[in-house]
Amino acid sequence: MAKRILIVGGGLAGTIVANGLCRQLREDLSAGSVVINMIGATDKHLYQPGLLYLPFGRARESELFRDQRKVLDRRVPYFIDPAKHIDVDKQVVTTQSGKAHSYDYLVIATGSRIRPDNIPGMTEGAHWFYDLDGARKMRDALAAFQGGRIVVNVNAPHKCPVAPLEIVFMLREHLAAKGLLDKSEITYTYPIGRLHALEPVANWTVPEFQKYGIKSETFFNTKSVDAKAKTITSEEGSTLEYDLLVTIPPHTGQQVILDSNLGAGGWVPTVRNTLLREGSQNVFVVGDTTNIPISKAGSTAHFEADTIIDNISSLIKEDRWAREYDGKVFCFVETGLNSGTYVWFNYTTPPNPGPPSQMIHWFKLAYNRLYWLSARGLL
Amino acid sequence: MSERTKIDARGAYCPGPLMELIAGLKLINVGDEIEVLSSDKGSANDIPEWVKKVHHEMVGITQQDGYWSIVVRKAK
Repeated sequence: MAKRILIVGGGLAGTIVANGLCRQLREDLSAGSVVINMIGATDKHLYQPGLLYLPFGRARESELFRDQRKVLDRRVPYFIDPAKHIDVDKQVVTTQSGKAHSYDYLVIATGSRIRPDNIPGMTEGAHWFYDLDGARKMRDALAAFQGGRIVVNVNAPHKCPVAPLEIVFMLREHLAAKGLLDKSEITYTYPIGRLHALEPVANWTVPEFQKYGIKSETFFNTKSVDAKAKTITSEEGSTLEYDLLVTIPPHTGQQVILDSNLGAGGWVPTVRNTLLREGSQNVFVVGDTTNIPISKAGSTAHFEADTIIDNISSLIKEDRWAREYDGKVFCFVETGLNSGTYVWFNYTTPPNPGPPSQMIHWFKLAYNRLYWLSARGLL
Repeated sequence: MSERTKIDARGAYCPGPLMELIAGLKLINVGDEIEVLSSDKGSANDIPEWVKKVHHEMVGITQQDGYWSIVVRKAK
């Protein structure tokens, strides 16, 4: 009987896993001894990091989307029928339409979602760029902005850890280009006692903020937003006034994880080196869905996916484990509209960002195109 | 009776132990506890500092072999 691999989630992580498995198991797929299925929520694949550029008119909406079936290997049937319940004991996933998918190996790649609604007033009072609708509204708000106080507010947990800094630097250059810098001030808030979770990045940011006159407030965890008064208040007792509030909303995992009792907050408890769900030997977790205490980022999903591809392939072909995930994360950091740097680290190697350059910015722009090769598992 | 959740943030450079604690506290009930394991010596200072600011409760800090165990109770 064919080994059945089921991938739940059609984002970057699930798609890389599917395409990589097709390459490594091509003979088994041809022989019919392996079957790979994917279930997801939409027929479109979104390049999420591209949303950062949308409010500034530096990306077209059409550039950010591809047909998921064209990104996915044609040997993988793709069902647009979101998972409703995952039963890891009976090894079956039930979808919203009522269809039941049994599996031998399960890959949970359901990702994360923004939850501005978890903070009173945030939905009404804030803008964000972490989804298409939010990025569109922020684009309109920026177009109408004639100067004033901008607060860039960061909440935990959130994905893409450097995006909050990138949006600050890009906002500053945007204001300068529009001649609004003299009439504006930017204040950046962050949940912990420094400007970024990564200490070297935080240390690098301090003089950059000083150079550009960007204000900051640390130990700021949002309690509420008053959309009428245009104020934002922290759990620590601080209140800031704003004319434009740009927030990185708090995230949670997906509802199906909660409904299936697979993890608090929608994050699945996952063994950090094997990427197996805790307590399971045939359930892998990849990308934002894990509860592993590392960055929720596309590169994390990519490096985790590569590990899972090797291990599922090896288990099926050779009945043995291939390798472990070392916690690798790589992030480009846009330090303006024309310069960038990067940072990488893993479980044992601390990050050490280099000086920004235009060349690295160009690499980032190139990667915005190369992403589609990455999703196809070719990069 | 209070429940205790463990967050093993040893070797976690980003988002790091305090960010994990902040996120974790959103998922537990008032009165429950979180034990954070951190290999970053800075956690022994910045976690108590933040807990004091937001009026949660420090239950204890113990230095283990190469890491710190920090227990916080959600107070509100």
